[in-house]
Amino acid sequence: MQANTPARPAIQPRRTLGAQWDNFQRKNAPYIFISPFFLLFAVFGLFPILFSAYLSFQEWQPGSGLGDMKFVGWRNYTDNLTDPTFWQSLKNTVILAVESGLPQHLIAIPLAFAIHMALKRVQSLVTAVYFLPYITSIVAISVVFFTLLSWQYGAINAALVAMHKLPLIGGLFPAENVNWLGEKKYLQPAIAMVIVWRYTGWNVLLYLAGLQAIPKDVYEAASVDGASRWQQFRFITLPLLRPTMFLAVTLSLIGGFQLFEEPFILTNGSGGAEQSGLTTIMYMYRTYYQYSDAGVSAAMSWLLFIVIGVLTIINNRVFGRSGLAGRE
Amino acid sequence: MTTPRMLALTALLTATFAGAQAKTTLTVGVFPDLDSVVKAALPGFNKLHPEIEVKISSLAYADHHNALTTALSTGKGAQDVVAIDFGYIAKFAEGNGLVDLSKAPYNAGQFRNQIVAYTYPQATVNGKMVGMPTDIGPGSMFYRTDLLKKAGVKATDLNKSWESYISSGKKVVAANPGTFLLPDASTAASIIIRTGLKNGEGLYFDKAGKVLVSPDNARFVRAFTVAKQIRDAKLDAKAGAAFSPEWTTAFQKGNLATEFSGAWLVGHMQNWLAKDYTGKWNAQNLPGNTFASWGGSFYGIPEQSKNKAAAWELIKYLTTNKSQQVLAFKTTGAFPALKTAGTDKIFEEGVPYLANQKARILWRAATSKIQPIDVNRLDPIAEQIVNDELTNVLNGNKSVQAALTDAQRLIERRAR
Repeated sequence: MQANTPARPAIQPRRTLGAQWDNFQRKNAPYIFISPFFLLFAVFGLFPILFSAYLSFQEWQPGSGLGDMKFVGWRNYTDNLTDPTFWQSLKNTVILAVESGLPQHLIAIPLAFAIHMALKRVQSLVTAVYFLPYITSIVAISVVFFTLLSWQYGAINAALVAMHKLPLIGGLFPAENVNWLGEKKYLQPAIAMVIVWRYTGWNVLLYLAGLQAIPKDVYEAASVDGASRWQQFRFITLPLLRPTMFLAVTLSLIGGFQLFEEPFILTNGSGGAEQSGLTTIMYMYRTYYQYSDAGVSAAMSWLLFIVIGVLTIINNRVFGRSGLAGRE
Repeated sequence: MTTPRMLALTALLTATFAGAQAKTTLTVGVFPDLDSVVKAALPGFNKLHPEIEVKISSLAYADHHNALTTALSTGKGAQDVVAIDFGYIAKFAEGNGLVDLSKAPYNAGQFRNQIVAYTYPQATVNGKMVGMPTDIGPGSMFYRTDLLKKAGVKATDLNKSWESYISSGKKVVAANPGTFLLPDASTAASIIIRTGLKNGEGLYFDKAGKVLVSPDNARFVRAFTVAKQIRDAKLDAKAGAAFSPEWTTAFQKGNLATEFSGAWLVGHMQNWLAKDYTGKWNAQNLPGNTFASWGGSFYGIPEQSKNKAAAWELIKYLTTNKSQQVLAFKTTGAFPALKTAGTDKIFEEGVPYLANQKARILWRAATSKIQPIDVNRLDPIAEQIVNDELTNVLNGNKSVQAALTDAQRLIERRAR
């Protein structure tokens, strides 16, 4: 028992409890306060990333428990790179990302400009309306779009065929029902349309925020100099909106390459006609859950990460550093 | 409080506590409609085993199997008894997450003769049996009597052979504008793929794991060819897989003349799918004197379960107790896997939805003709690849030979 022996030689004057507490607070409290983030990040962010990296070098069927992993080197990566379905899924993803990404911005930028310039009073209302699809449940969306796009029983086909019967312009419309979700050439545009519908409002919101950051006096000076609305848009708005455009395009790019819900639901998880709706994330999901091939699935996610990384770098180059800093 | 009273109370409390302690709580993971079967079974089971308390946790079909996959992979979170659908059984059989029921103390082999023959091989991979069969889905051709009558076509004309199915089908569609002979041409292919297998053959792989899909395999060539003939004759509604929105709508609108499915489809038809067409549907065997099974469910015990003995008691009750199997049939209409349950007089009764046709006798007879099919872990991959290639043939201009050559190459690449 050492309870009665003096704890320390009293070289320094002993600090009071309060002072010790103060010192502890100053030194350690910030770490404690910030620790929940790091803990959560470690558990839900870092660990899965590291685990999937580890998994991508193993052969593992998830159903057999953690003990049953087998190291296979780079085989999962070479398997993916020689898998035609992987390349097809990547091609589908690129096509869908472009088909759905471009229109989003081409619609959102002028729309945001129009709302910003003309609809000042009802701006928040209009924005809310455009934003609504973004927060709508994907299940509700799928029910609505199935009803619209259905081959035999869809509203869109019913409307198109009815239009075909009109005099003069009737020839512009198809005489027979179009199999939107059942044929390769229509499936990808149909999926892209749903994505555009869903995310345009989100981009409008981003661009509106960007527009509001542009000082009003620049426009006033331009009006004094006699610049038209179009000239103001072309020479003031677009250049000053570049940082926002960079952000919005980057987000679309990442979102586009992680596309899953819309094609998954619109094709009932099947990938649709000739697998033209199968995105890489869908294929990854299928490889894990249907094929029980966790290693190949993990390797696929890293390959996709590399693709997204490269494209983000290219995007960065296109919009340039000046894009980030807002300088020409 | 007086001392004797106090003592009595203490004794009572102790007894209650001890009683509560002795009770085993068993968790069961199921998907709909099987959850209602387990629920209905509990009163009967608790009479036999009052010491076992059963808790049911039910998730949607795919969610249940995904959650089970996760629980087995991490070794935590699986229930004591888990339901497994036919489509997933091979996948789980390959891993080590579920106990081998063929071994002691379970010795599931003792019930083998009591259960419909083809189910045991479905649940067994490499000699390891991971699920006890509870219900089965004998395949049947459902047809609309009114539509056939209008075309002057008899049900026997349709199911004589696939060729006569197509030629008579053309008449049915011609006589009933706006209708389709069947929801999707690919269904015909999947039936043909599932029938006429040689002994010891799986659907896509033989016993040695060799890929059977090839442009020289008569079964696949015929399956693809017949499906293409149906599509080219514009007989199908291109509805894709069963339960797709297009499929559902076609049923609800009464636009389908026939559909191939398990006997369980009647339950769906009468409850929501084709409520308005009561008495207009009938059942018949599949075309070409073929017999196939549509799914079926199994119960397994995860290795991580701490109540394996009680779990096995419940599984035995659910699968080998005649009155329980009959009750299950009454509850959801799923066909019992237990043979003696099929002798119950309820099977002699007519099915009200099918205009009181005694269809259950037909299905019972069909179960004895369904051949066991060997399952393989890679079946889901092979099925996906074959389906993709079939779509290429049906929708595009790809030839049957080219599609099967590609399918073979793609499956062989994965089967290492």
